[in-house]
Amino acid sequence: MENQDLLNDPMILREIIMDHYKYPHNHSLVSSTAYRSRHMASASCIDDITVEAKINDGVIEDIRFDGIACTISTASTSIMTELLRGKTTEEAKEIIANYFSMVDGLEYNADLLEEAVAMKNVYKQANRIKCATIGWRAIDQIIKESEESNG
Amino acid sequence: MLDIAAIRKDFPMFENNPDLIYFDNGASTLKPKPVIDAVVDFYARHTSNVHRGDYPIARLNDELYDGTRDIFARFLNCSPQEVAFTHNVSASMNEIIFGAAKAFMNPGDVILTTQNEHASNIMPWFKVQRDFGVKVEYIPTDVQGVVSVEDFEKAMHDGVRAVCVAQQTNVLAAVQPVKEMARIAHEHGALMIVDGAQSVPHMKTDVKDLDIDFLGFSGHKMCGPGGTGVLWGRYELLEKIDPMIYGGDMNARFYADGKMLLQEPPMKFEYGTPNIEGVIGLGAAAEYLMKIGMDNIHAYEKELGDYFRGRMKEIDTITLYNPDSTAGVVTFNVKDVFAQDTANFLATKGIAVRSGNHCAKILDGIIGTNSTVRASLYFYNTFEEVDRFVEAVKEVTLENAVSIFF
Repeated sequence: MENQDLLNDPMILREIIMDHYKYPHNHSLVSSTAYRSRHMASASCIDDITVEAKINDGVIEDIRFDGIACTISTASTSIMTELLRGKTTEEAKEIIANYFSMVDGLEYNADLLEEAVAMKNVYKQANRIKCATIGWRAIDQIIKESEESNG
Repeated sequence: MLDIAAIRKDFPMFENNPDLIYFDNGASTLKPKPVIDAVVDFYARHTSNVHRGDYPIARLNDELYDGTRDIFARFLNCSPQEVAFTHNVSASMNEIIFGAAKAFMNPGDVILTTQNEHASNIMPWFKVQRDFGVKVEYIPTDVQGVVSVEDFEKAMHDGVRAVCVAQQTNVLAAVQPVKEMARIAHEHGALMIVDGAQSVPHMKTDVKDLDIDFLGFSGHKMCGPGGTGVLWGRYELLEKIDPMIYGGDMNARFYADGKMLLQEPPMKFEYGTPNIEGVIGLGAAAEYLMKIGMDNIHAYEKELGDYFRGRMKEIDTITLYNPDSTAGVVTFNVKDVFAQDTANFLATKGIAVRSGNHCAKILDGIIGTNSTVRASLYFYNTFEEVDRFVEAVKEVTLENAVSIFF
């Protein structure tokens, strides 16, 4: 099967979420001054995660996260760390915008989102949209902060 | 014995949601027809403000609104003049805690509470600790949140000016020995303050028998309308504490030089136009509960809760956090599944429960997890619903919890 077909298969998408939940990627903080950090504790009553990123010369060199969260929060953040690492902040912003469109049930470019399309149905459970966006909002804020401090 | 089938006919929510299993009564409860009718009648037949109109409809509302104090005097075994209406239990506890701290405490005085408390019963104390130098200390509890009289006596000392606990905690439904605690607190000259949000709807509350000093609880958790709460205090203590909020209705006189004369309790705690229809509806709720009988409600919920706990213990994948509770509350997790994922899966089976840390954010040190699923019953729930719930919980796996998104 083509990659795009795989990413349309509900069984595969379910496996992606379960795999990222059970074995989250980049799941530890380095807490170095080279990283910018966002603690997302007040976004909801339950999820409590911290995202940190190392951004140099407009390139996201590393993203990490840690914390306590549900399947959707954990998997969506884990996928995000893989997807955005190595991207320029401009590329990342385009991916993030597409991701936010997808979880709001709007038009989006699936090619840019790769494994993150596993979250494409979350908008049907409106109470979980905040779960699917917690880590993504953190990196979005970190990128904006890095641009402001450099601008 | 309660006729649950007849009781359920009083609640239109069941007729309108025939497949719903509502096990989120710790968060809010369903409303019976007498409560709905009382609120609708206010809007459809006798709308007005209270305490300021000289026409018949306004006088009727004065009678109904202030008459609700008489209903609660019977409900709590107290004087009507000791019952003030607030907007929720958070408002009641804030009035009590800030009022008592200012009137009765000095810097260095200790208040004793537990790490099981809801935010509304602990955050005001943290604020008082920060602003007035009052010190918060904790009574140890067991892993199910229960305070033993022995541990309480050990934690008690003469520096303690107030003891403040939930009579039934909101996550683990630990029922505290409030009557014994009040006796010990008074022996040390301390006040006994009780958060009754999770206990008053489910058991008979006799403030004279408990011999407590202040009590706060919520209306919507006892079949009443939202935006209603009750503040009860011994009259001589209500006289001594200042209200938190100043304005309409609660004042008697005020002068250009800044002198203010407040109304007597309980009116001095009721600022501005109150939630009139809510309070009238809350009176109907208290009457409804008394007609069924609080002791009957308590006995039925214990029986149903015991059955529920027994059935949940059959399931290998369940961790029960309150296996010895005497209340109709089952707090649990399914192995390897995050609480919110469990709750969302159960929602697809028509089941309403609460997941998360339930606003008790310092409890994790006691139970070793910060997120749980809470199924909380009320007297209108049934054994059949418990059976359906148990079958649904057996289906909760990580795979099934994620499958709801596809």
